[in-house]
Amino acid sequence: MKILILGAGQVGSSAAYHLSREEANDVTVVDRRADVLRELQDRLDIRTVVGHAAYPEVLGRAGASDADIVVALTDTDETNMIACQIAYTAFHTPTKIARIRAAEYMSAKDLFTQDAIPIDVRISPEQLVCEYIEQLILYPGASQVLDFANGKVRLVGARADRDGLLVGQRIATLKEHIPNTEARIAAIYRDGKAMLPDGDTIIQEGDEVFFITDRKDIRVFMSEMRRLEDPVRRVVIAGGGNIGVRLALALEQTNQVKIIERDPVRARYISEQLNKAIVLVGDAADEELLLEENIDNVDVFCGLTNSEEANILSSMLAKRLGAHKVMALINRASYVDLVEAGSIDIAISPQQITIGSLLAHVRRGDVVKVHSLRRGAAEAIEAIAHGDKESSKVVGRAIEDIDLPKGSGIVALVRGEQVIIAHHDTVIESDDHVILFLTDRRKIEQLEKLFQVGVSFV
Amino acid sequence: MNWTAVQRILGLLIMMFSLTMLPPIAIDAIFAEHSWLPFFEGFVLTVVAGFIVWLPVHRSRKDLRLRDGFLVVAAFWTVLGTFGAAPLLLADSLSLSVTDAIFESMSGLTTTGATVLTGLDELPRSILYYRQQLQWLGGMGIIVLAVAVLPMLGVGGMQLYRAETPGPVKDTKLTPRITETAKALWYVYLAFTIACAASYMLAGMNWFDALCHSFSTVAIGGFSTHDLSMGYFDSAAIDLVAIFFMFAAGINFSLHFFAWRYVSVKHYWQDPEFRGYFAILLGVSVLVVIWLFQHSVFDAPGETVVKGLFQAVSIATTTGFTTADFSAWPAALPVLLIFASFVGGSAGSTAGGIKVVRWLLIYKQGVREIARLVHPSAEIPVKLGNKAVGDKVIDAVWGFFSIYVVVFSVMLIAMMSTGLDQVTAFSAVAATLNNLGPGLGDVSSGFMTLSDTAKWISIAGMLLGRLEIFTLLVLITPTFWRH
Repeated sequence: MKILILGAGQVGSSAAYHLSREEANDVTVVDRRADVLRELQDRLDIRTVVGHAAYPEVLGRAGASDADIVVALTDTDETNMIACQIAYTAFHTPTKIARIRAAEYMSAKDLFTQDAIPIDVRISPEQLVCEYIEQLILYPGASQVLDFANGKVRLVGARADRDGLLVGQRIATLKEHIPNTEARIAAIYRDGKAMLPDGDTIIQEGDEVFFITDRKDIRVFMSEMRRLEDPVRRVVIAGGGNIGVRLALALEQTNQVKIIERDPVRARYISEQLNKAIVLVGDAADEELLLEENIDNVDVFCGLTNSEEANILSSMLAKRLGAHKVMALINRASYVDLVEAGSIDIAISPQQITIGSLLAHVRRGDVVKVHSLRRGAAEAIEAIAHGDKESSKVVGRAIEDIDLPKGSGIVALVRGEQVIIAHHDTVIESDDHVILFLTDRRKIEQLEKLFQVGVSFV
Repeated sequence: MNWTAVQRILGLLIMMFSLTMLPPIAIDAIFAEHSWLPFFEGFVLTVVAGFIVWLPVHRSRKDLRLRDGFLVVAAFWTVLGTFGAAPLLLADSLSLSVTDAIFESMSGLTTTGATVLTGLDELPRSILYYRQQLQWLGGMGIIVLAVAVLPMLGVGGMQLYRAETPGPVKDTKLTPRITETAKALWYVYLAFTIACAASYMLAGMNWFDALCHSFSTVAIGGFSTHDLSMGYFDSAAIDLVAIFFMFAAGINFSLHFFAWRYVSVKHYWQDPEFRGYFAILLGVSVLVVIWLFQHSVFDAPGETVVKGLFQAVSIATTTGFTTADFSAWPAALPVLLIFASFVGGSAGSTAGGIKVVRWLLIYKQGVREIARLVHPSAEIPVKLGNKAVGDKVIDAVWGFFSIYVVVFSVMLIAMMSTGLDQVTAFSAVAATLNNLGPGLGDVSSGFMTLSDTAKWISIAGMLLGRLEIFTLLVLITPTFWRH
């Protein structure tokens, strides 16, 4: 697939990295900064074009006329919108994806239609990150919560500790522990290696377990993995940027939220936006301030400033001063590895959260959602099965009869409103949403082929 | 330095190169000359050597870094020149010394076209074909070919590609994937070769000569299957075909790619380097023809124009075909032609020399200095076709130019110290460093009279010229090896 990425910022670069390492994609990146592009081209097998991303001449040079997808990820919403408009009008690019940050645009009605602003998919990294953190706060103990089928199914990752009821036991005993719920363990990460479990697998302390279950049962299931944590009540957010304010807005009705912002003018502005949350003016790494605000009673501390170093340090400080759980927004993958060793509970990587929504559109076959895990090494995928027994390789077959590539497994199905946990004899029907877990990225092509409909089906 | 990655790729490349010794066996079978054995021996030797290099590290999965790219390219060209010499050394009909065999093979691969062989017309056709094929492989670059056919090189392929492709700006990819870019270049190259061979046949060559000469024409090499080079055919039609294809092969291949992709020709003229290239060739040709007329070197006016044009294009593009002994031409003509070879062809072409775009930038830089003297506070960018060129590129061009001059002087003194006269030494260095081929004085028809030392200096010059000096030079700097 020919992909045109506009903007080589953090999200743009990581999108180029993820997309270009798949053989099938030809990636061209456009940016105004020649030095950034040169550095990017040294690392990745892509083509780069220097120029303003929205200018028709630049888009033409970058090959917009044969591009399958334009992904506009520049700093400004307006540039992204007009670039998509031009790609559509002048070059007839089929799929146009744009990053739109401002909620003002996102919430407007009937704006993004083919005859107004032709953007097929709008991505707001801030919103995605914010929702992601919200989920983590909603399910304390989870290291990742991934939504599928509009939130009907949630894939939850949790690290097993010695207080979990299932730890040290065979997975098959799960049914005896919690007889009335259906759940399935999709994958286990042990010492950085993925394994697809069967009934005889024994869960060990330190395993990261990905499981799927009905929304109401997540809490029960979590107690199988680790000591159940109390629901989060007190939250401190460091950094009153877009993400911080969004999160505060989302949480302030149900939780006690404090938000720390250094700039008094910005703090004033935020305080006008928020209703219940308390806005504190000061430095998030100021020990006195944190102690004064009872940091030792705080359930969750989120470092969400623009500077990842500040996020890491303030989170570490908060942890040492007694915050129960700390999260930090970290862009650099190398930092994530450094801090996840212990000092910080959860590292939040905006790129990884955003890239999934891009990958879904690059995949062949009807793929609705992709969550990228472990720096893109693993993926959780939601695909729709089409066709009939003749034309499709999945429809009308029991799961055990499907020729799945090694290292992948079907976890659950969503049929209409119903969520079906996958068993070996579950039969897939047409229009089912199939949720799969893939531990080996290189097998993605084989998986795509499964969900493509044969030629006979038109 | 990723030694295992370098070794693994080197082994693969050598094994791939061994395959190029098989076509001469087929040629030998067609003409039934029973001289296939040296090629078979060469093939076995090369493939086994490649296998031995590759086997211990074939599981290594490390990526190539920038530095490794230089090492792979430099090592590969050196090793290639040596293994490429194997069939020549083993052939009974040649009885060459090691120096001569390596000289001939390196001269082929680097598209220089200088030879130490005489009596070409009597040699087995398999050997003649093999020499031409070496030039053809070296023209577009055997590493570019490897990048096209070996998909696993990936980003590392870009490092290799950059170290081998000539020109000051090497980041322009034709397509997003480096393998696709390399393939596109080879398709264009192949298309030109086929067109050239067909044209030669139409102009009167037999198929073998047409094939062989098309190889050395589009590669801007200069090897011929006859002692008299193109003069053997004595045909204006063949000369004109050669002129056209030498001219085309000296143009940046990305322009050809765009012509093919978008079915258009007007972009040629919009390219400043093409205009410079065209103007220089035209200027040199006109001068040569006028001088030839003035001194009535040839009798017929038609012959004067064709022979003058042919020699001007052949030398200025660094091909090195000859139809007449230009070193005996009157006045400043021989020296003018040798100097024209310093310009060479365009960047990204198969030609040698310093490349037109570098001269263009040096010229514009000079103009800028003059403008600065007149308007001391003016901000004057160096522009190429309405686009400002970054200072880094200009610095790199100056750096290249000064290194070229230094290398040239050192080699000139070294050559003269082996006992050559100044004209011979100067033209021999120019002929090798610019990948031209024929020189003046003692080297006007070949390098066979030179001493072994002078031949080795020439071998070094050809390699330095083909890899544009820096790729080799960087290897002997301490900075490169420092961790």
